[in-house]
Amino acid sequence: MYRIRLHGRGGQGIKTASRILGTALFRSGFEVQDAPRYGAERRGAPIFAYVRADDKVICERGLIHQPNLVVVADETLFDLPAANVLEGLDGRAVLLINSERSAQDWCRQLQLPGQVTVLDGAAVVREAGRVPAGALCVGAAARLLGVVSRRALLQAVAEELAGHDAAAIQTSQQAVSQAYELFAGEAGLVQRLQSGAKKSVTTPPKWVELDCEALPRAAPTITMAATSALVKTGLWRTRRPRIDRALCSRCGLCRTLCPEGGIDLDGEGYPVIDYRYCKGCLLCAAQCPRRAIAVADERTVSPPQPKEGEP
Amino acid sequence: MTRILLTGNAAAAWGARLAAVDYVPAFPITPQTEIIETLAEWIDGGVLDSRLVTLESEHSMLTAAGAAAVTGVRVFSATSSQGLLYGMEMLYNLAGWRAPLVLVNVSRGLSAPITLEPDHNDVLAARDSGFLQLHCATCQEVLDNVLLAYRLAEDARVRLPVLVNLDGFYLSFTREPVAIPEPAAVADFLPPFSDCGLHFRGGQPSSQAVAVLGGGLYSYFRYQVHLAAEQAAAVYAEVAADFERRFGRSYPAVEAYRCKDAELVLVMIGSFATKAKAAIDGLCAAGQRVGLVRPRLLRPFPAAELRRLLGHRKGVAVIDQNLSPGRGGILHTELTAALYGLPQGGPLLVSFVGGLGGRDIAEEEFVQMVEVLRQAVQEGIAPPPRLLFTEEELQQVRRLQDIAHGRSEGKGEGEETS
Repeated sequence: MYRIRLHGRGGQGIKTASRILGTALFRSGFEVQDAPRYGAERRGAPIFAYVRADDKVICERGLIHQPNLVVVADETLFDLPAANVLEGLDGRAVLLINSERSAQDWCRQLQLPGQVTVLDGAAVVREAGRVPAGALCVGAAARLLGVVSRRALLQAVAEELAGHDAAAIQTSQQAVSQAYELFAGEAGLVQRLQSGAKKSVTTPPKWVELDCEALPRAAPTITMAATSALVKTGLWRTRRPRIDRALCSRCGLCRTLCPEGGIDLDGEGYPVIDYRYCKGCLLCAAQCPRRAIAVADERTVSPPQPKEGEP
Repeated sequence: MTRILLTGNAAAAWGARLAAVDYVPAFPITPQTEIIETLAEWIDGGVLDSRLVTLESEHSMLTAAGAAAVTGVRVFSATSSQGLLYGMEMLYNLAGWRAPLVLVNVSRGLSAPITLEPDHNDVLAARDSGFLQLHCATCQEVLDNVLLAYRLAEDARVRLPVLVNLDGFYLSFTREPVAIPEPAAVADFLPPFSDCGLHFRGGQPSSQAVAVLGGGLYSYFRYQVHLAAEQAAAVYAEVAADFERRFGRSYPAVEAYRCKDAELVLVMIGSFATKAKAAIDGLCAAGQRVGLVRPRLLRPFPAAELRRLLGHRKGVAVIDQNLSPGRGGILHTELTAALYGLPQGGPLLVSFVGGLGGRDIAEEEFVQMVEVLRQAVQEGIAPPPRLLFTEEELQQVRRLQDIAHGRSEGKGEGEETS
């Protein structure tokens, strides 16, 4: 069985990526299961998705704890322990990272037993056009599996993007195809495990007896003041809105519509975005009647983490 | 018959589409929303000739659903968790009206604390309403169960609403290969809604009588719901046999997996049962005699079938993905009642509670549950019920409690405020 986990951020097309890979494997004759996993997250929050593929009906369900391939579309996730990107990576597993840094560099940093390989997604995008990171990674991942033909992969892209305009589908196909080509030398790097051949189940679970505990511990009542001031949610952002004061008419619509209450007015009545809380939903940019709000890729804005109070 | 990848939610929508439903009152809730989004898209695109109306709550949604069903149109709706409970009052009403509709529930644990992930306390809260209940373990079963449910609901011997349950995330958002039956074949299996004596025409307006009844009349009508629900067991068997004949997929009221020579049997409902199958395959390969029994039909409760399948086993472990505080696992309670008083004494029953709020059940836990059951059988004594909860999980809770209570007791509080 192939057990593949894909990590990224909301908005990078991770769910679509898992579906493209799932469909490509299904078209290649496999029984398939694919699913995204998310809670109440929004754009920019860490999410992951997974794909299983096997010769026979798949009975396993839910999270993959022992993957044979882990795909990381966003390298900043390594800094977030909660994203749990490296869970279950053993010597047999392959880790694919979308990064401009070299595989050796990552190996040194991560100190993993398994194999690390890198897709320079930014370079592909420069050549093929703007395509979500998830889709690029799928091109590489499909080749690493070695059991998906380019034709099946491109058909899967078309199938999963059906409803988008033809040009967007074509751009995606080109980029996916290019990523697929880049990994020709590593085709089949991911080892397929026999069905059920996970680590053999030898250690019993360490179940515990729960005692009836005293309140307030036993009730999920946790109170704390000023949480909204402490939790700076701007780290979810992948793109940021920028207000052009020359075009702004000071109508205040962006301030009214901002779901985070993250836009205030300065002394002259111009809106000012508080990037510590802006999640990059870009509602303001979409609704601005004067088109006075531009959108910048977060990676092109330095430093990547906004400074305190940065306007 | 085409086989494509579908989520459980999309499979539910396909079921409604193939059943050619007339009316879909709707209200969104995670993880059900994709069902009504899919139907809305089809209706908008003209591939489904139906009417979808978004209501202002699940209570209104179910009221509209029941009212429409008793005017003689085929009604489909879907909800989950808090939404099902918000409409709970109407569930009893719909059953009392004998409204033959299908309601899909996408299981999600109930608040508080809040979760989006599945357990079965939501659908089991509707256990005593008079709705029949079908439980799914795969996306294919979701689609097929919706079709079976309409046949069951609309049968003149039954005429009761039916709940089809699928687990959030593990089915709702998970794509699997699903065979989509030919619409013509479905139309043969499930003819257009015959009004079951229910009809309403705008040109002949009429009201349904509402009266406050005394205990005797109330007893009569409420017990009629019970008798119809019991009668539904035989009707279900007929309908499932007809479905198998036409589509080749077999859906007995109770699924028995590798049970032929099994001495020990696990009993559970829902999609986690396929995880149990994976574990059982491993155990059988190692020479153990272990099987799985999975009730698909939970109302009416297939007590006779469960006695037949379980009465002669040495041990049975019930894995409840639900909890009745102050009592324990609901399925365990029901099974104990069903197996009580067997002439041969019946199997030893052991109770496990696991998978609450979507908490995963690991393969080694299935293995260990079988081991606990084996030892209990050897000793002839059932151990106390066991929550599937590990040391590591408790440590995680402790870490969070320390942070939370450290803060609320004043340590560090306000240090980052400015």
